[in-house]
Amino acid sequence: MEFFKLKKDIPFMRYGKVTTAISLLTFVFAVWALATEGLNLGVDFTGGTVMEVAYTQPAQLDKIRATLEHTGLPEVSVQTFGTTRDVLIRLPLKGNTTSSKTSDTVMAALKAQDPAVELKRVDFVGPQVGKELYDNGALALVVVAIGILIYLALRFEWRFALAAIIANVHDVVIILGCFAFFQWEFTLTVLAGVLAVLGYSVNESVVVFDRIRENLRKMRKTSIPDIIDSAITTTMSRTIITHAMTQMMVLSMLFLGGEALHNFALALTIGIMFGIYSSVLVASPILLMLGVKREHFIKDNKPKEGVASDGAQV
Amino acid sequence: MNRFPLWKYILIAVVLVVSVLYTLPNFYGEVPAVQVSPTRSAIKADATLMQQVEDELKAQKIPYTGAFLDANSVKVRFASNDAQLKAKDALQARFGDGYSVALNLLSASPAWLTAIGAKPMYLGLDLRGGVYFLMQVDMPAALDKAADRYNNDLRIQLREQKIRYNGISRVGQTVEMKFSDAASRAQASKYISANFADLALTEQDGGGDYKLIAALRPEAQKRTQDFAVQQNITTLRNRVNELGVAEPIIQQQGLDRVVVQLPGVQDTAKAKEILGRTATLEIRLVDEEHDVTAALQGQIPFGDDLYIERSGQPLLVKKNVVLTGDYITDASPGFDQQSGQAAVHVNLDSRGARIFKDVTRDNVGKRMAILLIEKGKAEVITAPVIREEIGGGRVQITGMESAQEASDDALLLRAGALAAPMNIVEERTVGPSLGADNIKKGFHSNLWGFAAVALFMMIYYRVFGVFSTVALAVNGLFLVALLSMMQATLTLPGLAGIALTLGMAIDANVLINERIREELRNGNSPQAAIHAGYDRAWGTILDSNITTLIAGVALFWLGSGPVRGFAVVLCLGILTSMFSAVTVSRAMVNLSYGRKVRLAKVSI
Repeated sequence: MEFFKLKKDIPFMRYGKVTTAISLLTFVFAVWALATEGLNLGVDFTGGTVMEVAYTQPAQLDKIRATLEHTGLPEVSVQTFGTTRDVLIRLPLKGNTTSSKTSDTVMAALKAQDPAVELKRVDFVGPQVGKELYDNGALALVVVAIGILIYLALRFEWRFALAAIIANVHDVVIILGCFAFFQWEFTLTVLAGVLAVLGYSVNESVVVFDRIRENLRKMRKTSIPDIIDSAITTTMSRTIITHAMTQMMVLSMLFLGGEALHNFALALTIGIMFGIYSSVLVASPILLMLGVKREHFIKDNKPKEGVASDGAQV
Repeated sequence: MNRFPLWKYILIAVVLVVSVLYTLPNFYGEVPAVQVSPTRSAIKADATLMQQVEDELKAQKIPYTGAFLDANSVKVRFASNDAQLKAKDALQARFGDGYSVALNLLSASPAWLTAIGAKPMYLGLDLRGGVYFLMQVDMPAALDKAADRYNNDLRIQLREQKIRYNGISRVGQTVEMKFSDAASRAQASKYISANFADLALTEQDGGGDYKLIAALRPEAQKRTQDFAVQQNITTLRNRVNELGVAEPIIQQQGLDRVVVQLPGVQDTAKAKEILGRTATLEIRLVDEEHDVTAALQGQIPFGDDLYIERSGQPLLVKKNVVLTGDYITDASPGFDQQSGQAAVHVNLDSRGARIFKDVTRDNVGKRMAILLIEKGKAEVITAPVIREEIGGGRVQITGMESAQEASDDALLLRAGALAAPMNIVEERTVGPSLGADNIKKGFHSNLWGFAAVALFMMIYYRVFGVFSTVALAVNGLFLVALLSMMQATLTLPGLAGIALTLGMAIDANVLINERIREELRNGNSPQAAIHAGYDRAWGTILDSNITTLIAGVALFWLGSGPVRGFAVVLCLGILTSMFSAVTVSRAMVNLSYGRKVRLAKVSI
């Protein structure tokens, strides 16, 4: 069985202006969402307390709210979580009111109201720790981006590295933009997903770039845009199938992994979708714009042994 | 050309067998167990202890299915939770003192597997349930405390050396001494610099006073802080032992933080209470020369504190601390033999005993106050009259309201004092039902995801799809085996990481299969196409995996807790996938096609 039996190369680069425009639009939209709405940061980053409790019967949120108001804790948010019997309680960090004792206070109040209530999870993060997790998360993003940049620059050439990293940072911004626009909760686990996407979707660019490099050496007479078109077309089958496979795993996580993995799987889904698009239709036009030339790989009209042997091919 | 030398097949076979062996324990499930471990490092868990445990169980007629000894504990397995609970109570009663008796779950895998070191994966708290605390040591308080100690020492030393001083007090984290003339200050300065190497002295004149200010040197401050963290860890360990937790983890993180992980602990409120307490004992003399009623109106004499006794009586207590909890070696609850009141029996070390003896001898007929200091709040438990000199370092404290309180206080005193207060800055509690639920969900998403990928691969690439699927399954096996072998913590994000790496690992096989198809299309013979497909795809596989590895390593470096678990799985999964997708699948291809000299067609 085969899905992609293409006789001719698809002239991707001719649509360069269109795809760049689409990318720019989504990118601007994502930045706008981030700027106006902002990320709905989870308790990991903001500090505060989140509790998950389970009742044996459908929970009466009004009663729970009323009970908690009596404890004098400020701005308690109560909502159901997954099922009607599971309740999520959030307590923001405010002055000295939130401490590790808060969850005990809440639990005691809830137990008094309904002894059958069961504590499933507590996450308490102090302000200092929250800030550190936030800083470390941001640092991790930067470190990964720079690490990949350096690796690709060594393995290929700086233009390739720059094009790939722009394409993938574009993916990350779009994932963050979606999270901001829909106000999905952004937690540590989601951040881990975003970083995994960053590492993963660079693969795409690597595969296409490998092929471009190979074609640059093989097809001496062909123009650069045609070489890129050919590289994208020949690797397209693999690109789509690979992503479909990963996406199947992620979908299975999204539907079966429960609430705890929901947003993580969501971040991966967006990342994989845009990963296909961006590594092909963003990275390559940027590469063209940066002015990639045959001479960057072939010096003195003779392929260098060292460079040629590491030219991985697909 | 598509043949492997024999050693490669043997290598793959050996790796497979080892992986299966180390994966096996994960399928056996767990049985209830009780673990008895000595709380002091001086006592070792040995065959004698095991014999005692078994004898006790036999005497109580509690059936057990096996007992064995490991590094630092005796573990006994039971067939039911009921027997486990009964056994815990029985063993607690028998070994209560000096041993920690805790409920535990043990792998039900057969003994020969345990013997070769094959254990099930180590589950993180989000999968097995339990509490994680990150505690921060209050360093300024540790320094305050050190300054207090120096304040006391200097006062005593100045007096003993007969150096005349007008006053000595702690100001912030320094000790300020006042002298009436420069000569005595010089004398003091000389003496202190000779005997207290950790103190830096500065002189200050003003208001007719000759002041000498002693402050801790930076390196001494650092030592004090390190020591505070170390002592707190020891103290926390003792307290956790009192709680009876199997496999607790207590370790330093960074400069001033301590991580406490208590798997399986349900009553977090109780755990927090015991861990968070900073109780210590202080023994001070009661000031009976000044008027309490005047003090009640706000005129507290210099050098005194005003406290209200439990009976409601106001009491003036001298600020000077005679003895602190640091000198306590043991404390146990009991009853006063004469009155029958609840009491705590305290044992002091030799230095404490000597001080106590001196103080009681010099103050017969006077009262001394025993204060419990908890989180900066002092409470006078009792203030008895000293009837006679008390030697030998055995002290009995009465004044507790109930036997329960006496036992709580004894526990606190025994567990020792924290060198500095600690605050919980991060807490993650997961109930056991949620943990089990997370395992189930994580497992299902792996299973169904794998099934979907396998189905597609087999339809799309036919026989090569079957090879790829088997290679993927083997990759999963390697990953689980490696995680079990390394005893790396598996978390829920880690479980997601397994699914994700499996989804990403198939990329290598897709690359290879696509390349083979392309070579076939270009008119190469099947054997040549297979060879070229594997050969040429390798570079790309390496490149694309290394970028993901960079992300994994950064996550491991900067991540914490569950995210770290994800990073570990991601990195290991990438490494195993490179072996399984390339070598294992190639072995299968070589075995099926490699021998055929004239291969006309391959199923791809």
